[in-house]
Amino acid sequence: MSAENSVLVEDLSRIYKIRGAKKHETRELTALSHVDLSVQRGELFGLLGPNGAGKTTLIKILTTLLSPTSGKARVAGFDVVTQAEQIRSRINMVSGGETSGYGLLTVRENLWMFAQFYGISTRLANERIQRLLEIVEMTDRANTKSADLSTGLRQKMNIVRGFLTDPEILFLDEPTLGLDVGASRDVRHFIRRWVDEDPTRTILLTTHYMVEADELCNRVAIINKGKVLACDSPANLKRDLRRESIFNIQVEAPDGYVFSKLNDLAGVVRVDVTPEDGYTQLDLMMQEESVLSSVIAEFNAHGLHLRSLEKREPTLEDVFVALVGARMEEVEHAEPAES
Amino acid sequence: MAERQAAQVPSNIVRRSFAIATWLGWKIESNWTDPFLFAVYSVIKPLAGAAIIVVMYSVVASGNFDTPYFAFLYFGNAFYQYVSSVITGVSWSIVDDREHYRTLKYLYVAPIRFQYYLLGRGVARILAGTFAVIITIAGGVLFLHVPLNFAQVDWLLFSVSFVLGIVVLIYMGLVLAGVTLMLAHHSDVVGDAVASAMFLFSGAIFPLSYLPAFIRPIGYALPVTYWLELLRRSIIGSSVESFSSFGSLTNLELLSILLGFTLLFGLFSNAIFRACERRAKEKGLIDQITNY
Repeated sequence: MSAENSVLVEDLSRIYKIRGAKKHETRELTALSHVDLSVQRGELFGLLGPNGAGKTTLIKILTTLLSPTSGKARVAGFDVVTQAEQIRSRINMVSGGETSGYGLLTVRENLWMFAQFYGISTRLANERIQRLLEIVEMTDRANTKSADLSTGLRQKMNIVRGFLTDPEILFLDEPTLGLDVGASRDVRHFIRRWVDEDPTRTILLTTHYMVEADELCNRVAIINKGKVLACDSPANLKRDLRRESIFNIQVEAPDGYVFSKLNDLAGVVRVDVTPEDGYTQLDLMMQEESVLSSVIAEFNAHGLHLRSLEKREPTLEDVFVALVGARMEEVEHAEPAES
Repeated sequence: MAERQAAQVPSNIVRRSFAIATWLGWKIESNWTDPFLFAVYSVIKPLAGAAIIVVMYSVVASGNFDTPYFAFLYFGNAFYQYVSSVITGVSWSIVDDREHYRTLKYLYVAPIRFQYYLLGRGVARILAGTFAVIITIAGGVLFLHVPLNFAQVDWLLFSVSFVLGIVVLIYMGLVLAGVTLMLAHHSDVVGDAVASAMFLFSGAIFPLSYLPAFIRPIGYALPVTYWLELLRRSIIGSSVESFSSFGSLTNLELLSILLGFTLLFGLFSNAIFRACERRAKEKGLIDQITNY
């Protein structure tokens, strides 16, 4: 393992055995399948994928909460199965979208207690608690019992708990899940700032928000059905799609017009159709810009009225669509989420 | 960076795991209501529990409380409260942290010695159990003429037996914690189920000889049985021997058996807990929330 690798995953698989309705009836769910991954020291690395893709399973294995079925994983140079104790003093984790914490304790007490478990002195813990609460704008809630906090504030407290121990490697599992837009933005800024402050800090972040991955991460691995489909910087991932042309088009179509016919046109890679009030929004991906003329000809032939047409840059969503063949929300709705 | 390294060297992680968990356990146990109500609850609960046994005895014995058997029953029932409070005290926080507070995974990720954390979380319940035992015995002595003469108590036997018993109960609690860790479903009832079952088989309120012969071996296999016998003998002396199933055994022999159990559980409880923990990690149960 390279000294610069904070996380190294080799041929890692995890299969869950799920009990069926009948006794002795079990089925297998492959959450991770032969995953290879490396996260360099100082990197803010994103795992991007829909619910049920295997992101949380990977985080659980890397934080020593779950044993892999096969393969190897090393964190800070230590094996997750045989050297869990060495790993635990070097990491921390935060799961978004949950309200964990001891409701009878105040925010400060909750945070102080976890700092103690990591062997941090009370003086240092109090300094860090104060600074972190200021950053997330919760100083006025320091002495509030956590049971009396809103869901969003409890989540912020949980995020502070993760950063409080100043870990070498921090695992953030959907850290902004359930937060409002403003709070999510603040948390993202803070995450980026925390990594930038110290080049030895590493974050592995899972998200199913494309913008979050694009905005925050140095590199992103796109994961679906337990497999890593691509891994590179967001810019490089999108660059691969620049050969193709993507247009946002608004049209008014006569009743009964079937937009899926556009997929049959030569050079059209994909059409996403969103009905709006009085018009239809099309997200059209083509092999090259010249294909647009045949699309316009199709509109004219069937009496469609073009309202607007705008070329746009590819996004990580487009990368995902190109890799998986469906939008992330389509994948999430098509399959049951991973437990 | 240097600050981080200094902060993350766990100087005495065992002590911290235990001490902070004890603080947390006490906060949780004592803060669910205001101090006055907590005090009232702490007094009434053990007395109410004892009252059930006393009323049942009264019906059977036509209200005659001045018998050696009543003392046998009363002390057995009083000290049995420790069994429940220690065993479930150590194991309950697995359920509490996993299902209620949803912090178990964060504790597992933290560099703590989890067994000491569990013990620390149980301390508050053990202290509450101690208070309950004292209240129960005081109530019996004051209102029901349960015989207790401090001058006649064999304090050496009592102290040694008491400590060995508490230690073996802690080890049993650790085994139960391991089992609880592996059970995502119905894990909340495991502690109570075990404590209730042992109440029947350990001779807490009647001698083992009252049980059918084929069930008695269960009682003989439980360290709690010998512990209760030793505590009774140290407090009410030889009169208890006429009701026990251990009349042929001396105090030293009983103490040796209890010591043997303590060493046995001491040797194996940690290994059993670690094995259960490993299994829970394999099955993905450590942070599994059932919402039951």
